[in-house]
Amino acid sequence: MDFISILSIFVMAVFVGYYVVWSVTPALHTPLMAVTNAISSVIIVGALIASAAIGIGGTGATSKWLGLLAVVLASINIFGGFAVTARMLAMYKKKDRPAAGHK
Amino acid sequence: MEHVTINPWAALAYLVAGVCFILALRGLSSPTSSQRGNRFGMIGMTIAVVTTLVTHAPWLVTNYAEDSYVARLDTVTLIEILAAIGIGATIGIVTARRIAMTAMPQLVAAFHSLVGMAAVLVAGAAFLNPEAFGIAAAGQIFTQSRIEMGLGVAIGAITFSGSVIAFLKLNGNMGGKPIMLPGRHVINLAVLAGILGLVAYFTQDQSPWVFWTITGLSFAIGFLLIIPIGGADMPVVVSMLNSYSGWAAAAMGFTLHNTAMIITGALVGSSGAILSYIMCRAMNRSFISVIAGGFGGDSGGGAAAAATDRPWKRGSAEDAAFLMSQAEQVIIVPGYGMAVAQAQHVLREMADKLKEEGVRVKYAIHPVAGRMPGHMNVLLAEANVPYDEVFELEDINSEFAQTDVAFIIGANDVVNPAAKTDKSSPIYGMPVFDVNKAKTVLFIKRSMGGVGYAGVDNDVFYQDNTMMLLADAKKMVEEIVKALG
Repeated sequence: MDFISILSIFVMAVFVGYYVVWSVTPALHTPLMAVTNAISSVIIVGALIASAAIGIGGTGATSKWLGLLAVVLASINIFGGFAVTARMLAMYKKKDRPAAGHK
Repeated sequence: MEHVTINPWAALAYLVAGVCFILALRGLSSPTSSQRGNRFGMIGMTIAVVTTLVTHAPWLVTNYAEDSYVARLDTVTLIEILAAIGIGATIGIVTARRIAMTAMPQLVAAFHSLVGMAAVLVAGAAFLNPEAFGIAAAGQIFTQSRIEMGLGVAIGAITFSGSVIAFLKLNGNMGGKPIMLPGRHVINLAVLAGILGLVAYFTQDQSPWVFWTITGLSFAIGFLLIIPIGGADMPVVVSMLNSYSGWAAAAMGFTLHNTAMIITGALVGSSGAILSYIMCRAMNRSFISVIAGGFGGDSGGGAAAAATDRPWKRGSAEDAAFLMSQAEQVIIVPGYGMAVAQAQHVLREMADKLKEEGVRVKYAIHPVAGRMPGHMNVLLAEANVPYDEVFELEDINSEFAQTDVAFIIGANDVVNPAAKTDKSSPIYGMPVFDVNKAKTVLFIKRSMGGVGYAGVDNDVFYQDNTMMLLADAKKMVEEIVKALG
């Protein structure tokens, strides 16, 4: 892919993001931040590539370890972000439903 | 110009992952569809991770030789990666289960710092082993990739150190008071110019010192940018760092030519930017003035001292219980003080008791109530308050005139009429609740001395129809519940 096609995807995605985020109800802004956090950890893709590389020589080995560390950090974020979002979203209930046991 | 080659099937899978992330955010338009949205997010992430692993499977990597740097997953590597994911998953899930809802702003700040650090590490790994990422030929990193990498590491490092400071401030390890260095604007601009200059120089010279100096300066500027910002502006800062974490992911997506990362980065970047804008608008502050810092410490003092000799009425829990049980409609205005006192559960009990007596109860939430966007809504949801009893500022503000009791718990600046009347007030122009129009105002406050984050006195305290309930918010509400019988 050349730079212009990538840039086009980026610009379009910014517009999609703009409209999608304005449609998010303000009551869910905290879950929004938690879930955006989780998905921005898609950066794990880069971490996986670095980890998969064979570590030859000094820089190669360092690169691999940086990659593995990044996998750990991104995984904390991915699992933690989605789990805490799910936990929050499960709390939002409508009036008629009886209150569930949580506290 | 040289291109990074990507398997078309893999490119398609990353695109699908990107679409899943769009649907994840789309789901948040209503609480009923939100859980499905979250599942879309998980599906998208699984697709992205699995695709990356599969495309590096030994039988698919053809340009591999024993002495090359190309990425290829052998069994040992796969085990290492799965172990790394396992460690991260355990820490993440345990944290997510245990964290108190009141501590959500700190948690989100901590998560932002991890995204930032992950971006720095990935950029560092790509710099040290560019061949594995397909962004170099014969040891020379492509010019375009150098710019993307330089910007990616800079934004990532700023996100990291900024989020660490935001975390320390929100978690109370560091005072909320702004720390003002002399000449900080000059220092900040100089450091920023230095980073941009080095990114430009990096295209000419790929020596390690250039890359690592960019990284170091960016860590420093993230720190310098956030320390002068006071506690009251933290909702904006958290949203802003959310935005940065997105741009960092997008910059790395440009480096790796990965559509999933680019789409996600753009989504998260605009999400954080919109939230920052909403927060600024709700405080009537410009983004620039927030960034410049210096507004709002832990508590003000000076302005209030002179005014406290004005007459005011003190009420008891019994008075409050009587007034509210006789009311037709009560609107509860919660603020950060409610979260600090952990009063949300007993508050819901109080509302239940009132509803039994036939009183209509509604909750009114200001966009900047709490320490992050939507924080109050989550706390009320945690206490099992149905979300259709909770209203936003513009939807409920006209109702105060027909309301018998406005019940203010842990909020102050957001109900201060000075925002409408007093041009000299620091909060002038901020949209506020017209609680003074309600027949009676019940104002829970710890003591008469303290003022809100903005450090301004509030005329509502001294109104004839205001009754001050001076106590810890949780204790006071518990007593009201008792008095309601």
